[in-house]
Amino acid sequence: MLGGGDDGRAGKKKKIIPRRVPMACRDPQERIRDFAEVALGYTPEEAMAEARRCIQCKEAGCRQGCPVDVDIPAFIGLIRDGRFEEAAARVQEQNLLPAVCGRVCPQENQCEKFCTMGKKHDPVAIGRLERFVGDFELARDREAPLVAPPTGKRVAVVGSGPGGLTCAADLARRGHTATIFESLHKPGGVLTYGIPEFRLPKRVVQAEIDVLRRMGVRIECNVVVGRTVTIDELFDEGFEAVYIGTGAGSPLFPDLPGENMPGIKSASGFLTRVNLMHAYQFPEYDTPVLIGRRVVVLGGGNVAMDAARTALRLGAEDVRIVYRRTEAQMPARLEERHHAAEEGVRFQFLSVPVRYEAGETGWLSRLECLCCELGEPDASGRRRPETVAGSEFMLDVDTVVIAIGQRPNPLIQATTAGLDTSRKGTIVADPATGATTRRGVFAGGDVVTGAATVILAMGAGRTAARTIDAYLRGETDPWSG
Amino acid sequence: MYRILRKEVFSASVKLLEIEAPRVARKARAGQFVMLRVYEKGERIPLTVADCDPERGSVTVVFMEVGKTTRMLGSLEEGAGILDFVGPLGNPTEIEKFGRVACVGGGVGVACIYPICRALKQAGNEVVAVVGARTRELLFWEDRLREAADELLITTDDGSYVRKGFVTDVLREVAGREYPPDRVVAVGPLPMMRAVCGVTREFGLKTIVSLNPIMVDGIGMCGACRVTVGGETRFVCVEGPEFDGHQVDFAELAQRLQRYRAQEQEALARYEAECGGRC
Repeated sequence: MLGGGDDGRAGKKKKIIPRRVPMACRDPQERIRDFAEVALGYTPEEAMAEARRCIQCKEAGCRQGCPVDVDIPAFIGLIRDGRFEEAAARVQEQNLLPAVCGRVCPQENQCEKFCTMGKKHDPVAIGRLERFVGDFELARDREAPLVAPPTGKRVAVVGSGPGGLTCAADLARRGHTATIFESLHKPGGVLTYGIPEFRLPKRVVQAEIDVLRRMGVRIECNVVVGRTVTIDELFDEGFEAVYIGTGAGSPLFPDLPGENMPGIKSASGFLTRVNLMHAYQFPEYDTPVLIGRRVVVLGGGNVAMDAARTALRLGAEDVRIVYRRTEAQMPARLEERHHAAEEGVRFQFLSVPVRYEAGETGWLSRLECLCCELGEPDASGRRRPETVAGSEFMLDVDTVVIAIGQRPNPLIQATTAGLDTSRKGTIVADPATGATTRRGVFAGGDVVTGAATVILAMGAGRTAARTIDAYLRGETDPWSG
Repeated sequence: MYRILRKEVFSASVKLLEIEAPRVARKARAGQFVMLRVYEKGERIPLTVADCDPERGSVTVVFMEVGKTTRMLGSLEEGAGILDFVGPLGNPTEIEKFGRVACVGGGVGVACIYPICRALKQAGNEVVAVVGARTRELLFWEDRLREAADELLITTDDGSYVRKGFVTDVLREVAGREYPPDRVVAVGPLPMMRAVCGVTREFGLKTIVSLNPIMVDGIGMCGACRVTVGGETRFVCVEGPEFDGHQVDFAELAQRLQRYRAQEQEALARYEAECGGRC
């Protein structure tokens, strides 16, 4: 048995290893020329070395920081001992998408934030270790997790993003027949159309989805719930409960003069062209994408980083992220910020766009911005950016990509009676159960909370699956009384 | 795969396909569109629903071959399949008893005007159909339109059939009648719809146009189809495709439609070179 020989020797003081094992990444100059993955993951030896840094706390804070409650100390302990298959099985008890989450979760704000090691040293690289077991599983022909005997109950899951997939998987494990309806031609939701190949290879997404298929989850693509079928019609078809996990894919625009001139695009449109439609492989694939020489991306989240790095890879010479706060307030994952900076993306902090200007041909040519300074904290708890009068400056630009957020698509809300929504267009659902105001209908993830993270959507899918199961068994009724 | 049940060739470049898509056929209404993708590496393109048959489980589309995707689609024969077919998308045409309605169709827009005429007539309207084509060869469905409308007026740009001129010339006469239309619905190329709006504005006639901008997903995600209507940004795919023509910023829309022209031509040229110009 490899490593871990000192395990269980009570009383012996653990040796602290202050620094985490670095993860290999491709050279920035090389990687900005293609769409292959940037971060290469741990080797087995590196994973075991990193796992040895975990001090196996009794009261594991990391676990509380995980929205899907992965038993983090247990799976890390198994990696340390070289028991990778068991480690993978342990992660999969709570998370069927470890290779995805290991790549895209903002670990520094979740599990790793609560790591005891992190109080004085580097926190244990939990995300990288999760990715390691996820990739280990994908590399071998793993068996799908066991499912309970069929209950004969059918549940419709709307949307095949991380929340829908998690909900469907949990329902399948409990013996229910889950059918996922996806409006696009490929499942995966934001994992497929939104997150670029260089950060999350599509083969990883599709391989994790295949595990669900092998568990008996059905996926019907090209069905737009709200248009092709309504929620009411799904009940007519014999589904006994519906989970809505349609996310927040409708792009927001800052509403500035000149916004619809050519050269200004939403990050969702840009990334959908590139990721779902393979526009980066034009003309081998038929969908083209245009990117100018000088690109400005508006926003400070992961979507903004993805858009900026994608623009570079498509050949833009000057890519600049314009963000109204400072780096400390940026919501993007730390790793993505580092990667973007390494690749040559420039950051224009404390700046807001105010006006677009067209060139002679009618295409965008300049963007006027104002400088900001940070004032008092706003509702989000972050200091509010306030514009500085007279601080106008102009940027020469051919393309602006807007990545300031998304809101839910309105189709289901508009075609479903009795489904309450907020002013922002999100569906009202009880966070503890996922129950909406409409009997038999549950919802979770971005369509309820507004744009958030993959892992939070997965947590919501899991919560709803638990309630749906109890509801179908007649053990609970969120709508009684 | 969505199977092609029937194909009709109207002219060298205008074709009809009846495609098996039961879920879409059950729901489609006049004015709605579908998004389709021919093959794995293909684009998603929107096409307006020309007809549907819920019993056969089929949807009919009529299109003109202008780029690689429509060219490939047009080369498919009965029994072949297309990879993806989604819909119905967009909002159906508003159908009420308005009184007298003029339905104006140009080019393949004639196929979109047909179900609208039929639905408006069923709702008790007196329907005047005004259709135009560049030349006689490109005109189709005259018989169907005659059935669906109370009056059918035809123009050809080159005078090769019925009357030489543009739909706007005829519409001007219809608008000047003792009992002018209470509403005008126009579907066709952007310059035609823009010209129609020019005429109806003079006469103060409410005019609905069906916009067909560049789209990627067709379900409100990409924002590529945004258009300024009455000074506000609207998404054609979820809020349209029909809008009050007098409020639409046609100049901006025309500019947006040009964005990918060079790439579209490149893709078509490569495709033609690959298949020896016989496609």
